[in-house]
Amino acid sequence: MEPIEIAKGIYNVGAVDWNIRDFHGYSTHNGTTYNAFLIVDEKIVLIDTVKKPFFDQLIENISRIVDPRKIDYVISNHTEMDHSGGLPRVMHRIGEDKPIYCSKIGEKNLAKHFSQKWNYQAVENGGTLSLGRRTLQFLETRMLHWPDSMFTYLVEDKILFSSDGFGQHYAGPEKFDDQVGDAIMIHAKKYFANILLLYSANVLKLMETVNEFGLEFNMICPDHGIIWRKDPKKILDAYVEWSQQKSGQKVLVVYDTMWNSTEQMAEKIAEGVSREGVEVRPMNLRHCHRSDVMTEVMDARAVVIGSPTLNNNVFPTVSDFLTYMKGLKPKNKIGAVFGSYGWSGEAAGVIKSELEGMKFTMIDPGLKIQYVPDQEGNEACIEFGRKIGKAVKT
Amino acid sequence: MDRYVCNICGYVYDPIEGDADNDVVPGTAFDDLPDNWECPVCGASKDDFTKEE
Ligand SMILES: [Fe+2]
Ligand SMILES: [Fe+2]
Ligand SMILES: [Zn+2]
Repeated sequence: MEPIEIAKGIYNVGAVDWNIRDFHGYSTHNGTTYNAFLIVDEKIVLIDTVKKPFFDQLIENISRIVDPRKIDYVISNHTEMDHSGGLPRVMHRIGEDKPIYCSKIGEKNLAKHFSQKWNYQAVENGGTLSLGRRTLQFLETRMLHWPDSMFTYLVEDKILFSSDGFGQHYAGPEKFDDQVGDAIMIHAKKYFANILLLYSANVLKLMETVNEFGLEFNMICPDHGIIWRKDPKKILDAYVEWSQQKSGQKVLVVYDTMWNSTEQMAEKIAEGVSREGVEVRPMNLRHCHRSDVMTEVMDARAVVIGSPTLNNNVFPTVSDFLTYMKGLKPKNKIGAVFGSYGWSGEAAGVIKSELEGMKFTMIDPGLKIQYVPDQEGNEACIEFGRKIGKAVKT
Repeated sequence: MDRYVCNICGYVYDPIEGDADNDVVPGTAFDDLPDNWECPVCGASKDDFTKEE
């Protein structure tokens, strides 16, 4: 990527990771970007770095604008290594004594990643740093995405550098929201569902702070994906909506299958839901990535989970998904379980207690069918689906 | 004295230790924390804590 001037004297000098397809267990079908920002004022500041292997791209981009040794300050909004991995080589290049501005927790966490004794300058929430003509202000945003996370706001230009917040794992020819249009929203939604959903309460609190302080944004620059310059309000509104976890009338049927019996049940259940005029989507965990399923969970009202019983237990892909979903703490969900079994049939019961642990409202003890569903079994599945459909409508 | 867990980040408030970050001295019960006390890790309020089982 070449550096992109996003506003007068402000550049995205980050890197594009076109080929990453697995970002710590999150499927990145389009790759991602590690955005880093250079502001050239009386002082020159670098906001965030990139993942370690992309240092060369970063330094080349910076060099096209200024001699990297002229950088006066580094801001670390977030300790995670997709943003800090390039820090050791950056500091080596620009001068090990240059100040690194970060949150108080950021200082602690960076020191647990890197042994260098850098010149950390921990900032207060709301603290400022003058660049000469322009001013940076720091906003603590704990848990968005880690305890160390903060945002940096360029006061005069009303530009927010939001670290992981408002990001999307998306690498493409487009660099701004107006170039990509609504097609970016699914990537932003997937990012929220898989990274931030469990911190919904913090997101809502942040939005209150933004309103309280009357902060306005001409541009929101996340560290992943495109920059919001045409309509930053769109992503702010979407974050409020997603955080509120008010799901629509949608049912998700998530399952795996051994000899297609549980799959057949899933399809019949979906048919029953449809008959109630409710939107339904079956997703087979052997074909759909857990992070894509999670994106659908976010705005589903009911999540119906099916598993065959394998050796007296739940099928491994289903356990994987349950573990993943549990951590992301979806709220206000209706749950139901089903599955085919041979002789013992434990799976449905195990899943049911898992979902109860996640505070799902269970609407049925669960539907189990021995071996292959016959005509009567198919009808039971359709009835089961209708029951779920009705529950979603009320 | 009971320990309390933050629902947001998993931090555990242990009354034996108190919370040095927020100037809470060791031996302070969770109930005696001020109403505006916040989780030292994620900034959650007291309402976001649950008694440890
Ligand atoms: Fe992160
Ligand atoms: Fe990140
Ligand atoms: Zn906490």
